Formats: sequence, structure tokens, C-alpha cells
Amino acid sequence: MSILVIAEIDSHGIKAATRSAIAAAGQFGEEVHLLLAGSDLAGIAAKAKSINGLSKILVADAAEYAHGVAENLTPLLVKLAPSYSTVVAAATSFGKNLLPRAAALLDAAMVSEVTKIVSARTFVRPIYAGNLNATVEAPAGLALITIRPTVFEAAAETGGDAAIENIAATGDAGKTTFVSRELAVSDRPELATAKVVISGGRSLGSKEAFHGTLEPLAAQLGAAIGATRAAVDSGMAPNDWQVGQTGTVIAPDLYIAFGVSGAAQHVGGIKDAKVIVAVNTDPDAPIFQVADYGLVADLFNVVPELTAALQH
Amino acid sequence: MKILVNIKRVVDYQVTVRPTADGKDVETAGVKMSINPFDENALEAAVRLKEAGVATEVLAVAIGAAANQDVLRHALAMGADRALLVETDAPVQTLQTAKVLKALVEREAPQLVMTGKQAIDDDAAETAQMLSALLDWPQATFASDIQIADGRATVVREIDGGQETISFALPAVISADLRLNEPRFIKLPALMMAKKKPLENIALADLGNTAAPSLTLQAVNEPPARKAGRVLNNVAELVAALRAEKVLP
Repeated sequence: MSILVIAEIDSHGIKAATRSAIAAAGQFGEEVHLLLAGSDLAGIAAKAKSINGLSKILVADAAEYAHGVAENLTPLLVKLAPSYSTVVAAATSFGKNLLPRAAALLDAAMVSEVTKIVSARTFVRPIYAGNLNATVEAPAGLALITIRPTVFEAAAETGGDAAIENIAATGDAGKTTFVSRELAVSDRPELATAKVVISGGRSLGSKEAFHGTLEPLAAQLGAAIGATRAAVDSGMAPNDWQVGQTGTVIAPDLYIAFGVSGAAQHVGGIKDAKVIVAVNTDPDAPIFQVADYGLVADLFNVVPELTAALQH
Repeated sequence: MKILVNIKRVVDYQVTVRPTADGKDVETAGVKMSINPFDENALEAAVRLKEAGVATEVLAVAIGAAANQDVLRHALAMGADRALLVETDAPVQTLQTAKVLKALVEREAPQLVMTGKQAIDDDAAETAQMLSALLDWPQATFASDIQIADGRATVVREIDGGQETISFALPAVISADLRLNEPRFIKLPALMMAKKKPLENIALADLGNTAAPSLTLQAVNEPPARKAGRVLNNVAELVAALRAEKVLP
């Protein structure tokens, strides 16, 4: 049987995360089909045709699919999925919103945030915010999986020549009204995807000190700013800056933690950073156990020095 | 309007988790357990809707062993009016959880079901979507703002790179993101009052057939350890090291 990948579409076309899902689907060693559901798809379908690894593209072009509303897309998935062994999507907010809904109606196995495909029914997925990896086996029969796009290299945009087949839409479920979408526009990168993240703990002392100390360095580095749960709880930083298991899980190239002790839930959220730097006056702080580079020093001295050093 | 809030008892977010000695599960013996933090956001939102006069009753529900009574008492102390434990010693995965909740919805007839966007143990983020599918209700996952008026909800959802707003008629299922609110601190009098609030037990088997496909856990491993770090002496050494790693210009 073949594998069905669900495409996620934004204003630029098919998202790179979907091409990661296509590459992951290729690991099953079966034909890979792509479901392209949206509105005004002609241009997108023509471009998708050449994505490497696809043999067929199912195009469902209808107004009710325009905003990726799960209630409208689910009936289409429920109709198509039984012809496939596995349904795959990227574990983005779109994929995570849609696939479990379809899995419930299909009474099928659901495996979320897969980071490794061991065999057709055995997968590795992180649990406890990546502090542990679980190997899980889905029962025989249809399985729906979401894959973590950052661990599967995206399928190339060229090299393929998939057949295009138009399929019937399933209609508006009439449950949800899409109102608006606001994508963050900021000169600071988004915390979840930033290449560099600097963060501060409660020892920064106050909201003013937190912002006044970290912002010049963040500007210098083009970095996103994060915070510990303790810093957020004490009002120094907004809620959505929280880095950790209960906040945002990040995987930047460089993470610098200032005055962060390294609680388990915080460490759970930074484990996939390429390089971790810890600056803390307490040499016994647990953060030093996961840091690649440590400075036992006062952050109020280090941050300005570092900011100045980088200006040269 | 009645709100049903599903809560889960998980390893406390501050605990460092380890595999069991045989590497087949997660060690939970002797480990501090707490309410799943995102479920606390869901509960806080429900209690605020009651305080605002939008809801009339908040029912907290947990599924699992008798020990779950502690998180249900926590929910009662936060402001839930009553609590219900669906008791079972067997592990309950997401689709089965959704089926159990569907049975409870049919019994309790809430207009709104809320839960955390995910539990911090399995990190699955599936239950709300599955339940709303089984009920054929609208869903709003990863909610960071909820407004309810005239039987309709307007919800802001956290999505990749921003947020979106959707609107739908109740009944519905909403899953809470961290940004939705800051759960209240429980004071001692609230804890004392919670002891007097009703907590009902139901055996899982009494809810009918809730069988669902489930995953078999084969192994639990720690991810590869990071290479040993180096303690440096000053900022100049740090800048040199980071430039050598090619993570600084």
C-alpha cells in the first residue's frame, strides 16, 4: 500500500516542513502520494509536481479548505486514508491540529512527533520534552503519524514528476468560522526557530534589569530572548518568552543562559541546541552539566563585556 | 453552562526523569507527581469563566489510579465545583482517553470541554482533537484567548509564527496553551474547602466499551549525552571558543 502525505500550504506555497514529511514517507519504501487540499491550487500543484519522491498528487481545490480548518479537512482524510497504510504530516501546529482528529474517526493508531522511523510500525518519539526517547510500536493496520520536520531533511523541490489527479471536495462542515490570522512581524527572530537565543533567569532581579541587560546583546547577536519559568512567574518577562518543557522547546545553533540554574524542565527545552553556554555565579548550578562552555561569573559583568566584544 | 475540564497526573515538571532499570518504561516509583501544567491553564480558564458568570459549574475529571485524587483535590482547591475520577490501574492512551471523555460528556452534558494542549509526559497533544472528532464538535487547540458570549466562542490559537482567531458555536472542545493565563496560587483556606467538595469515583469498566488502538512501549532511552563541557576563564576565551564553533560571526 502507499503512503499519503498531507501538504501544508501557506502564502508561499507548500511549506518546507511538508517536504520533510515527504522525505520521511519515502523511508517506508512504498509509493508516496501528496494530498493538496486548499483553494486556488493550480500554480501550487504545478510546482509540487517536481518535488522529489512523489508519484501522485491528489488535488482537492475548494473554498472550504482555504484556511486549513481541521473540521473541514477531516472528512477528506477520513475518506482517503483507508486506501493507504500510513498517513504522514509534519508535526507543525497544522499537522498536530488535524491528524489526531482524523485518527479518532478512523479508530486508527496515532503517533505524534516522530523523530525516527525504525520500521513501518515502529517509531522513536521524544517524551518529557526530549529528556527521554520512547520507541513505540503501532498495531497492524492504518497508522497516522506526524514527524518532527527538523530531523528529516526536506525532499528536493526538483527531480520528481508526479501525476496530478483532481479529487472531489467534501464540503464545508459548517462548524468553525475562520476569522483572521496574524503572523508575527518583528525585527527580532521568533523564539521557537531563532538561530541564536539568549535567556535570563530570576537573578536578573527586575523587569527593567532583565530587558535593559539582555536587549542590547540580543540586538547585537540578532537573537531571540528567552526566560526561565521563574523569571516569567516573577513578572520579569512575558509568558511567551518561557523556554523549557512547559514553555517553548528550542533548538538554536547557540543558546546562552545568563543566571539560569538549569531546572529539569528548562534543560528539557534546550537539549537540542547545538552549542549551550552558561553564565552563572554558582559553580554548582545544574546548567553547567549540559553546557558546552561555562563561565562562573556575574552576568551583570559578562553581558556588557560580551556585547562590547562583539562590536569589534 | 457547565464546563468539563480533563486533567492528568504527571511527573512534576521539575523532576529529572529517568528510564526504569530494564529500559522499558519511565521510572515513576517514588517520584513527585503533579497536575499537568497545561491542564492547570485549562482549569484556570474554566474557573475564570465561572467567576465571570459565563459558566455555572466546573467539573474536573481525571482518568487513572486512585492516586489521582490528589490532582483532583488540587483542581477543587483551584475552584472546580466537583470532581470525578474514572478509576483504572491500566495505562490509558489518548484515543481511549477521548472515548472515556465522550462517555462522560454524554452523562454530564457540558457545553464546553477543556484540557491542556498536551501532557508533559507523553507530549502527544492529541486528546482534545480526538474528543471533538468523536463528539462531532468544533475544536480550538493551543488556545491563548477565549471569549464566550451568546453561545459562541471566539478563540485565539497559537500557530507556527503567529496566531489565528476562529469562532464557533458551543458545544466545543478547547485545549489550553501556556499563554492563556497564569494559574492562581492555592491558599490554605481553599485547600481546606476543597476537602468538603464532592469527589466521585467511577470504574472505567462502567463507562462501556472504550477500547482503542494503542501503542506498545518497547524501550525508553536517554538521548545521547552531550559531550563534556569546558569552564572558561573570561569573555575573551568565550568569544574565541564560539567563533571556533562557527556560531558567532
